[in-house]
Amino acid sequence: MLGEEEELSVSIAHIVQKLKGSALHCQLEKEARKCLLSTDIKLETLKEDIREFLKSSGWEKKLQNAVYRELTVLPAPCHPAAPAEHIKEPLAYMRRAQASWEKRVLKSLNSMCTELNIPLARKRPAEEQKELLNKWNEMGTEEPDLTLFRPVYAPKDFLEVLINLRNPNYDTDQTSFRANLGLIQVPLKMKDIPELREFFGELNLNTGQLGVDDSTPVPPEMFENEHLRIGKKILEEHDSAAAQQYVRQGCPTALRAELWALILNISDQPEDILYYEQLKSNVIQHDLLSDSLIYKDVKLTASNDDYYFVFEDYLYQVLLCFSRDTSVLEHFAYNSATPPKSYIRGKLGVEEFAVVYPPNGVIPFHGFSMYVAPLCFLYPEPARLYQVFREMYVRFFFRLHSISSHISGIMSLCLLFENLLQTHLPQLFYHLREIGAQPLRISFKWMVRAFSGYLATDQLLLLWDRILGYNSLEILAVLAAAVFAFRAMNLMEVTSLAAAEAVLADISTLKVMPLLQIFLFATVT
Amino acid sequence: MSGKLKWVTDIEKSVLINNFEKRGWVQVSENEDWNFYWMSVQTIRNCFSVETGFRLSDDQIVNHFPNHYELTRKDLMVKNIKRYRKEMEKEGSPLAEKDENGKYLYLDFVPVTFMLPADYNLFVEEFRKNPSSTWIMKPCGKAQGKGIFLINKLSQIKKWSRDSKTSSFVSQSSKEAYVISLYIDNPLLIGGRKFDLRLYVLVTTYRPLKCYMYKLGFCRFCTVKYTPSTSELDNMFVHLTNVAIQKHGDDYNHIHGGKWTVSNLRLYLESTRGREVTDKLFDEIHWIMVQSLKAVAPVMNNDKHCFECYGYDIIIDDRLKPWLIEVNASPSLTSSTANDRILKYNLINDTLNIVVPNGEIPDFKWNKVPPKEALGSYEILYDEEAAQGDGSDRDMRSRPGQAFGAKGSRARDSGRSAPTTWK
Repeated sequence: MLGEEEELSVSIAHIVQKLKGSALHCQLEKEARKCLLSTDIKLETLKEDIREFLKSSGWEKKLQNAVYRELTVLPAPCHPAAPAEHIKEPLAYMRRAQASWEKRVLKSLNSMCTELNIPLARKRPAEEQKELLNKWNEMGTEEPDLTLFRPVYAPKDFLEVLINLRNPNYDTDQTSFRANLGLIQVPLKMKDIPELREFFGELNLNTGQLGVDDSTPVPPEMFENEHLRIGKKILEEHDSAAAQQYVRQGCPTALRAELWALILNISDQPEDILYYEQLKSNVIQHDLLSDSLIYKDVKLTASNDDYYFVFEDYLYQVLLCFSRDTSVLEHFAYNSATPPKSYIRGKLGVEEFAVVYPPNGVIPFHGFSMYVAPLCFLYPEPARLYQVFREMYVRFFFRLHSISSHISGIMSLCLLFENLLQTHLPQLFYHLREIGAQPLRISFKWMVRAFSGYLATDQLLLLWDRILGYNSLEILAVLAAAVFAFRAMNLMEVTSLAAAEAVLADISTLKVMPLLQIFLFATVT
Repeated sequence: MSGKLKWVTDIEKSVLINNFEKRGWVQVSENEDWNFYWMSVQTIRNCFSVETGFRLSDDQIVNHFPNHYELTRKDLMVKNIKRYRKEMEKEGSPLAEKDENGKYLYLDFVPVTFMLPADYNLFVEEFRKNPSSTWIMKPCGKAQGKGIFLINKLSQIKKWSRDSKTSSFVSQSSKEAYVISLYIDNPLLIGGRKFDLRLYVLVTTYRPLKCYMYKLGFCRFCTVKYTPSTSELDNMFVHLTNVAIQKHGDDYNHIHGGKWTVSNLRLYLESTRGREVTDKLFDEIHWIMVQSLKAVAPVMNNDKHCFECYGYDIIIDDRLKPWLIEVNASPSLTSSTANDRILKYNLINDTLNIVVPNGEIPDFKWNKVPPKEALGSYEILYDEEAAQGDGSDRDMRSRPGQAFGAKGSRARDSGRSAPTTWK
């Protein structure tokens, strides 16, 4: 075990290494050099003066925000000698499960490739490149024949894998009565209700919340005005950490886009736009098989969605660029998943001829585009929309379809959900289980998509405010349980899985914040 | 208790009939005694024509005003609004104030419009001022996007000119009057697509004016990307948002029907443009509605047996200025999607709750002040009586300075649900 101090120095070393050689590092150096010409800088107090300059010119804030960004994705501290795979996932059986799942997914992709006789990638002829460039803004009007394509997998396939997962070191036979009731049979550490109450402290009934209309000690309008004022101030100060704390009580609609960008440390540098343009030209040049999967997914999901159909073309733009973005590969350092590899024709298995496929290492599944869709309400410029999505993905969304023991990983969320229901609503849980309607079978898809496409957009954004605010996905499991609690009366009357599904088919009228508050703070346990 | 209300309709739509039946009303034929007739505009024309000399009795109401076309025919609406502006100007009303270019500051909400062939020469004069502009031609008497086309050259409408050589053609087609309006070529685009707004307004009386706005309107999106390029002038899918037109496009989606709720629009605009400009936009939309109604109120036959639910079509340009395109007397009650069906059912339900209080046999003398609970998703847009009672007539005049002057920030002071700032 490491002492606290050692832990800290490991973290610091890690962050320093990450920031060295970054664009920010260069800029800081350049600015520091420039300031030497100023008369405010004295040789005797060089160090202090430069520090003072960086502070007053706002560069210190930028550095702080960058450090803060690294902190939020920093893997849990572990021994410096621990191998990289332990940082990805400390439990061996989880690693194995993830690896075998990846193998299955890749196999399915490859067999589709062979079946349809389509190459994984090909360079587009010049004529086709020109054509694609012309219709970049209206890719939705193209109707390529996608009947033969099918999503590589859907959430329910993934759920089956999670259900079958066992810890080989743990005897699940009858040892614990409780463990057998749910679908998830893996022991993982998670928060109980008192711990959740403490963790989500700002959501309590006495704190002002956006998304709740009544019952605060302060009249909602007064709270809203004050909250808006503070929000503006945080934006002026440009402070990531403050913004993150702030959004726990919800973002005013008009400030959300800026606040989220600040929390995610997204800058509006010209080079970011350039980077996006570069990705776009990669899309223009090469056609990937995975593009058809993206098309298919958008057509099956967002295009039919009452809220998101308007943004169909933005989704293609963002997702096609995303699949080419090799900077996404960095997140595999802390993701239990490993990017899939493909081999140049005829060199199967020869490591030198291996390439990551798709280039970003992420194979889209059924519903993937719903991670992007709600963000379209906030960012009308594709380049910015792209950056925000990518950062949301590498911070949060990847956890929703990788097998890991991380507290925000989908395994933990499933288990947390089942635990909460069992503890809070044992009768309901038992009833549903008896009629063959395991609650997780219904709530799994909500959590995998972070509720996108299930809630009304305004409510979804309020929920994602809290994901960003607490830097955790646990709120998804709490909300899923809260929805069951809210519909408990109706659910107690159903006698089949189909009927239970019908009761919960449309949750777009629910108000997220009151549900969460009541479930966490107003229910007697 | 004076028995059940007897209804007739010549529009066989389930959203109507279900609503009537839900109330336990009795269906009768039009030749029997009836209390409530939901009729098409064709029927109302015959009903009130001079020949029939038909008069409604005290316990009868219908869903149109006899000369609703003063508002709902494109040419007459424009004529009435032009007249209204002149009158305001003559009165010296601050509402008629103009900017340095001679444009009305508060009453410039209809795109520049002319009648053809009547105003052909005026149109030519205007066209020459700005020869690169695009104009939209609409036949006066048709609806649902029929007969509409775009032009950007004078030669394309030569046949409407008075001195056209083919005079035989003119006399023959003179019945086919058109309005020609400046085409809004900088529409606000969302996701790269053009859309318009369909909002519902209920008028229960014109003098005094009492009108209600339905909160659940929707945006109608084009299925094809918007391009202002003139090469696409013939592709009506780019330009027209009518569902009747869009339904024939290849990309028409039967799940959402290209429709977006107004609350989605608000969320999007507030998120991307901020609250102040969004509030101002909605405020201006309400303003347009009331002013258009005030413009026709003096000429409207304010028959006490009548009410009308109008479909307002509004386009927003990229500077977030709303433009009134037209008003429909018989907004479509056809449901294109499941949500659409729910919306229209509720629209009729809420309308009936206001115009037929308690679902009882109507008495045309009632004061037309529905209780607040009866409003449903309607909110009061303007109540002339209440406004005068408050002495808000003065308010009305001082409005331009307040709501439009600084930046329409007044809307928020009165709380989120305040429908309009200038009542």
